[in-house]
Amino acid sequence: MKRGRRAEFWITGPSFGWLLLWFGLPTLAVFLVSFRPADPFGGIGAGWTWATWRSLSNPNYPAIIWRTVWLSVAATALCLLLALPAGYYVARAPRRWRNRLMLLIVIPFWTNFLIRIFAWKVLLHPEGLLKQAGMALGLFTPETQLMYHAGAILLVLVYTYLPFALLPIYAAAERFDYALLEAACDLGSSRLGAFYRVFLPGIRRGLTTAALMVFIPALGSYVIPDLMGGASSEMIGNKIAQRTFVDRNLPHASALSALLSLTVLIPMILILYHRVRGSAPPALRPTETAP
Amino acid sequence: MKPGRIPRATLILVLLFFYGPILILAVSSFNASRFGGSWDGFSLRWYRQLFHDRAVWDALRNTLIVALVSTTAAMGLGTTAAFALHRYRSRLQLWHYGLVYAPLVIPDILMGMSLLLFFVSLRLPLGLLSITLAHITFCISYVAMVVLARLQDFDFSLIEAALDLGASRWTAIRHVLLPLLAPGVLAGGLLAFTLSVDDFVITFFVAGPGSTTLPIYIYSMIKHGSPPMINALSVILLALTFIVVMLSQHLTEKRT
Repeated sequence: MKRGRRAEFWITGPSFGWLLLWFGLPTLAVFLVSFRPADPFGGIGAGWTWATWRSLSNPNYPAIIWRTVWLSVAATALCLLLALPAGYYVARAPRRWRNRLMLLIVIPFWTNFLIRIFAWKVLLHPEGLLKQAGMALGLFTPETQLMYHAGAILLVLVYTYLPFALLPIYAAAERFDYALLEAACDLGSSRLGAFYRVFLPGIRRGLTTAALMVFIPALGSYVIPDLMGGASSEMIGNKIAQRTFVDRNLPHASALSALLSLTVLIPMILILYHRVRGSAPPALRPTETAP
Repeated sequence: MKPGRIPRATLILVLLFFYGPILILAVSSFNASRFGGSWDGFSLRWYRQLFHDRAVWDALRNTLIVALVSTTAAMGLGTTAAFALHRYRSRLQLWHYGLVYAPLVIPDILMGMSLLLFFVSLRLPLGLLSITLAHITFCISYVAMVVLARLQDFDFSLIEAALDLGASRWTAIRHVLLPLLAPGVLAGGLLAFTLSVDDFVITFFVAGPGSTTLPIYIYSMIKHGSPPMINALSVILLALTFIVVMLSQHLTEKRT
């Protein structure tokens, strides 16, 4: 027993120590630094203060936080709406097609993230293809702006995070027992009714994972609003970067990051709750149920 | 019961949505015109310009150094982490799991910001070293998760058989466990490598002067001009990706 304990420490030590030092402590540091004053040279001053947190009540911030949340919710909803039928279709395809289709879905996302955003910038450019096609069809006027607003951010958020919704939904849909749908229809349910009352509850775990996989990174997105949005469509990530790189006010950036962490923490607690009750990590499984 | 028409239409729509912008980007990389508005004829001028740009090659070198070092370190640390998580069920592993899992779900910007603060507080100079430390940290979690998934399917009676047949613990690990686990560790390493090469946000926060990586260079190209060169660069990266995917697909199909 004692020997086993020592072996456990040896094997856990390296990764535990590394992550504690370079992940755990820095995360705590964010909270601490948000109570420090800024020094005029872009560093962190001595002493403690509430001033930074108080300055967050500036009316700009609630608007930015609200925009961040609604854009993330909208992106999550759109991703689920597209991923559900598409994932279902792939899961029902003949076995040898499934992997090929999933590969086809994943390949574009092996390209650099920035290049994918840039591809949309080219497409939505005032002289780009989409604008010109839309003008030829009479859909757009020369004044139509396709970029630099919240709509463009939402579009690219969906583009970027849709595969993260597709993968868990496909994984859950592939494991689903489709005989249940036939049984529901035989028992008099309509196709749509069977879909809502049998299929959706059956893949519930996949759905929640998909929603969180989109929602959390969307909350913290910074490059997408930076490149696709305008001055009036900033998200909280933009403000963190601005405070860090433009004003070089690290305590202020920390307070914003702490705020974002708290916003992320709510869905994260949901994940953990969901995972502890489910089956994924062996370490978190209650020991009573272990065989 | 066959899937209806709506699911198929959605899948086709999604694929068009995914490939459309990238294909248009690829086509315009061969356009002689500086502004993508009109087609001025086929040209390799942007490719030539890209190859003569020293900064691209420097950025590529930095990216590969960081990716190779951090992948190697993360493969080691991630594999031991997965072992510990799989083998033991103590309170320590609960915390361990939290530390391994949290970097996967936390937004990149928070990780970048917190590491920047930490490096500044420690007075650690920002550069390739700080970037590599950051990359090792997020890569560990991905390797650990991939290896952990493999361990869950692993048949541990093979190890017991080896021990029963007289192998020492170490021999059993070296000659039975590791060879069988190698594909999992390699898959985790491949994932870590791609993530490291691709990472922009965390790198941007902890980078210093002279440590420009390829994504940071691409970002500054997008922000400050020379777009046609990015088109050319993206086509090259896309082609490389395609080759790697096809190769790995080919390898795994042969093995099974």
